[in-house]
Amino acid sequence: MSGPTSVPAPAVAQAARTAVREAGGRRGPRWKNIAVHGLLILACIIAAFPILRVLSVALRPGNTILQSEFELIPEGATFDSFVNVLTKTDLPLWLMNSIIITVGTSIIGVGIAATSAYAFSRYKFPFRGLGLTVLLATQLIPAAMLLVPLYLLAVQFKLANSYIGMVIGLSVTAVPFSIWILKGYYDTVPIELEEAARIDGCSQLEAFWRILLPLSVPALVVVFLFNFLTAWNDYFLARILLSREELLTWPLGLQRFQQQFQTQWNELAAASILISIPVVLLFLYSSKWLVSGVTAGGVKG
Amino acid sequence: MSLDAFISATVQVGLTLVTVAIIFALLEGFLYLVLVKLLRWKYAVPIMLVAPAIVGLAVLILWPLLWELNVSFTGMSLRNFRDPGFLGLGEDLFVGVDNYVQVFTQPVLQTTGFWQLLLQTVLWTVINVFFHVTLGMALALLLHRPMRGKGIYRALIILPWAIPQVIALLIWRTEYNNEYGAANQLLGLLGLGPVPWLSDPFWNFVAMILANVWLGVPFMMVIILGGLQSIPNDYYEAAEIDGASSRQSFRNITLPLLRPVLTPAIILGTVWTFNNINVPYFINQNELETSDILVTALFRQAFQYNRYGDAAAFAFVIFVILLIFTVFYVRRTGSLRGAYE
Repeated sequence: MSGPTSVPAPAVAQAARTAVREAGGRRGPRWKNIAVHGLLILACIIAAFPILRVLSVALRPGNTILQSEFELIPEGATFDSFVNVLTKTDLPLWLMNSIIITVGTSIIGVGIAATSAYAFSRYKFPFRGLGLTVLLATQLIPAAMLLVPLYLLAVQFKLANSYIGMVIGLSVTAVPFSIWILKGYYDTVPIELEEAARIDGCSQLEAFWRILLPLSVPALVVVFLFNFLTAWNDYFLARILLSREELLTWPLGLQRFQQQFQTQWNELAAASILISIPVVLLFLYSSKWLVSGVTAGGVKG
Repeated sequence: MSLDAFISATVQVGLTLVTVAIIFALLEGFLYLVLVKLLRWKYAVPIMLVAPAIVGLAVLILWPLLWELNVSFTGMSLRNFRDPGFLGLGEDLFVGVDNYVQVFTQPVLQTTGFWQLLLQTVLWTVINVFFHVTLGMALALLLHRPMRGKGIYRALIILPWAIPQVIALLIWRTEYNNEYGAANQLLGLLGLGPVPWLSDPFWNFVAMILANVWLGVPFMMVIILGGLQSIPNDYYEAAEIDGASSRQSFRNITLPLLRPVLTPAIILGTVWTFNNINVPYFINQNELETSDILVTALFRQAFQYNRYGDAAAFAFVIFVILLIFTVFYVRRTGSLRGAYE
């Protein structure tokens, strides 16, 4: 007999288990709880310490840059460094260069990855397995190994010191990993949805464009972010391809501050914070997805 | 920065994108005519879908690598900076396998040779991956319990992974400064130091490892935490009823069930650490040769000493080492089974 108030047996068992676990947690020795929180707080301090220190340096007034006290908010704290770095240095120019190169790169990367991943997810074709393996194998190539020929070829084709060289050179860096992430995501979307659309008269590619892609927007956003962050954080390709002042990207620019470190520690700190904040927010938003891409192979196996 | 500069840059990049789009459109049109209309091949659609990726990877990875292989048989350098053509035969630059022999017989850098670099790289990789995995595991186990503030702990601990690496490393480099860096100031509070982080070979290597452990632990922690969350609690309850100690539960439940997640993460971590050019490059700034690992030595040989032929050969030697390790490890652990279905 099952009245409207009766609860299914599994739910009862679950509730009982939860209750037991929680009671157990409360009964657990107090020192253990304190130890756990203590260790975690220590880890947080270690993780955040360099960042907090940079923040405090950025807030220091100009005449106390090299003092050695550790105080989060220094005496006479001021936002001067932030204003200086935005108005008196080339930081805005470097940021503009980085943004334009990065957006161009990401558009190409995501476009290429989105279509290939569809083929790998939904079709059988010759050399499919080999293709997936080759994509993984590209991750083994040391960055420095590709830099040598890319530099020589860029010089030969007069693409050094140009936006074009940077956009093209960076465009496929993130593609192999992006294909793996997207393939993993497409695999989780039921193929029945596309089959239904095909019965309604869509072609296979229309089904991809009108059914699968809209459903995959979250994954596409993440792959775009991944491409974006990869290009945004690139230092070495820019280092070998760009030497003209007006083309520098932010990593090259920041290094200029450091080379004359004595006088510019607070500007380096302020610029670092300005650049990091949006990147960290994007990262925290997308990290869960990137991780699922990394382990997709293993989890399924 | 001016509006003109912005417009001109946007136009250049926009035109690049349009050109790329036109090239791909022509490619797809050609493939459509040949594969669909002419051959009516049953694999026409998937091939058309992967064609842009194949072309992109072929032009930007395969071709440069083949070209590098070509350069590795030539004596191309800053003094001989001209297009070597096929194996440098036409330009009188052909040196056969000399470059490959030299990798093992002559100093790769000014005084440091291949075997020392290999030893330094192996030490660097093993020490880093060991600490990444053990500390990552410890933090994941600490976090994997119902408690207050879990989200905040996680977000803070993940910070080193989240901030751009170039920035993190510029900060670390500055903090290692002898007088006004935080590293020595903290040691000073304990009555120790000062430690010559940037000038002494041993301490410089330690400095690199400290920075890289700080950078790499969050990734492992997040991966392992994900793995822990996928293990059903029932196993632990059953073990508890059977009277297993928490150490036994860890050994016999947690570790085996974490393996599918842990193995690919360790492979990736090893490859990334082996190939990590950022940390040694920014902490050491091409100063001490004793802090170089294989990939930074490669960068230095190519772009500081401009010995392109030597560097090309050296690059292939490094790649083959990594390839052999990875194939061996993947085969042995079978960690990629099931990802291909």
